[in-house]
Amino acid sequence: MTVGTPASTVLDKDGLDALIALLAGDGRTVIGPTVRDQAIVLAEITSGAELPYGWGVELEAGHYRLRSRTDGAAFAHSAGPQSWKTYLHPQRERQWTADLTADGDMEVREETSQPPAYAFIGVRPCDLRAIAIQDRVLGGGPHADTRYAARRRQAFVVAVECTEPGATCFCVSMGTGPAVGPGYDLALTEVVDGGGHRFLARAGSAEGEEVLSRLPHVPADEETAGTARRLVEEAAGRMGRTMPEVDLRALMQETLDADRWNDVTARCLTCGNCTMACPTCFCTSVEDVTDLTGEHAERWRRWESCFDVDFTHLSAGPVRASPLSRYRQWLTHKVGTWHDQFDSTGCVGCGRCIVWCPVGIDITEEAHALNAERAAARGAGEVSR
Amino acid sequence: MSDEEPEDARPRLAVWKFASCDGCQLTLLDCEDDLLALSGKVEVAFFHEAVTAPDEGTYDVSLVDGSITTPEDAERVQHVRAVSRRLVTLGACATAGGIQALRNYADVAEFRAAVYARDEYIDTLATSTPISAHVPVDFELRGCPIDRGQLLEVITAYLAGRTPDTPAHSVCFECKRRGTPCIVVARGIPCLGPVTHAGCGALCPAYGRGCYGCFGPSYSTKFPAFIPLLRRDGMTTLDIVRVLRTFNTAAPEFDAASRQEELG
Repeated sequence: MTVGTPASTVLDKDGLDALIALLAGDGRTVIGPTVRDQAIVLAEITSGAELPYGWGVELEAGHYRLRSRTDGAAFAHSAGPQSWKTYLHPQRERQWTADLTADGDMEVREETSQPPAYAFIGVRPCDLRAIAIQDRVLGGGPHADTRYAARRRQAFVVAVECTEPGATCFCVSMGTGPAVGPGYDLALTEVVDGGGHRFLARAGSAEGEEVLSRLPHVPADEETAGTARRLVEEAAGRMGRTMPEVDLRALMQETLDADRWNDVTARCLTCGNCTMACPTCFCTSVEDVTDLTGEHAERWRRWESCFDVDFTHLSAGPVRASPLSRYRQWLTHKVGTWHDQFDSTGCVGCGRCIVWCPVGIDITEEAHALNAERAAARGAGEVSR
Repeated sequence: MSDEEPEDARPRLAVWKFASCDGCQLTLLDCEDDLLALSGKVEVAFFHEAVTAPDEGTYDVSLVDGSITTPEDAERVQHVRAVSRRLVTLGACATAGGIQALRNYADVAEFRAAVYARDEYIDTLATSTPISAHVPVDFELRGCPIDRGQLLEVITAYLAGRTPDTPAHSVCFECKRRGTPCIVVARGIPCLGPVTHAGCGALCPAYGRGCYGCFGPSYSTKFPAFIPLLRRDGMTTLDIVRVLRTFNTAAPEFDAASRQEELG
């Protein structure tokens, strides 16, 4: 294959190592999956050896365990405890600093520190969509977050198609995977079989093409391309969860008084884990920090959650004081009013909220239950068409 | 030029001790680099651990360490309130009654007779209670011990005339922000994080140990949903009662949950 064409090529493990070295050599902070604290986390990596070769995960509601894999695959694991928002939309960031001047005025300086240029290795299709959703929320509109936009503009995204969905995955229902959608610089599909351990690679941007051309690669052979396609197609048939095939936005609007909210609220700890694990939840609060001299102040922004009582605290107290109102706010916003606000759903079907809920509350089970309750109330059989 | 010393305009700070190990008040001395700046901004007027000549009078801020366990202390805390513009409790003892509130579940006369050869010299109350059970409290700091950063936050907030920022959500927020994979979900370790007040920075789970609730209950606890989780992860009824009955045993939410658990 001629260098410079967007057609697919094949990298081997050395090629993947070379990719990481090349991106790091270009001055990027390379973030990828790696094993730490008995989980596959996202962290800075400096070589391909740090990727979770030979590790998979066993997922269920409220349950996550590492499992070793005999095939040695690096990306045959589902979404982990963190998402890319950890880097693109950091949990705490300074907005400005202010100092008292000699004449008693305040001098305010916007935060101008240069955010790192990231390269993300192993962005799954569901997470690629989650990034696109956060782009819409944080990067656009009249209140665009310039620092988010700067990090995003610089980020080099290496997506990896999903060939190993977990028991909590439902990207097919949300239309986000397991095949990769737009928004990547490079897309890989991992193939491990008698033909070796290799990665079908194609560029999705000029920069991706340029990077790919600098790597040791061979043109994609028919067999590798065909196997990669088949693995992704098969993955689509192995989703552990589904959403009801109805208009979820309408479902939320029509079930605001459903009994099911009482049922789920009885189980919900209101701990906030679902929102923190969610790759699209973006809410923040600000904290003002002053020092002991009283001459220096800083404003920081930090992740906040609609499960926090203080999130809606106004002069008369919290607007959403009851756990029911908070859980309902989260779910109806995520798959309902998100459409009104941002022209899309806020859910990508990654299943993190199901896995990382300590008591295993399952967003898909709740949606099915609300749908069933609505159908029963209508006296019609339209449960899940 | 006058011979008189210029009047000290710094706010006056007092530190008071009731039943406690003193760890929380010593956190003030642990402020190290910030201690000099602090002593430049406030006059530490009364602090037995640090001031050789305590200055009687009234105080702008009183930091109160310890719980009320004797009739004498129950009276003394009234004096503290009377001479303090703002009263801030420090940590689990002052805010919730401390580990010594275990006496609330037992017969103190029996303990006293067993421990002391001449127990008629011991004058103690049947209960250990938080400061707020006796006088109005302006701000309560959690923890056993308190977090140094939160102590400085409260003092600097008062100096700046703003509200202290000490979030009351669960420790789970701090694990997620810190990037610690949930040890309940990924390792099946019992952890009080989902019902415990943030403030420690999720220290224990970061080292693979379950939170044991030393900051007391968060502002939104759901014990009926939470207790089965502890049981699933291997805790017996006795384990559950014990983990709830530590430094914050008398915090109303922990107290109610442990009593409910005992009833079965």
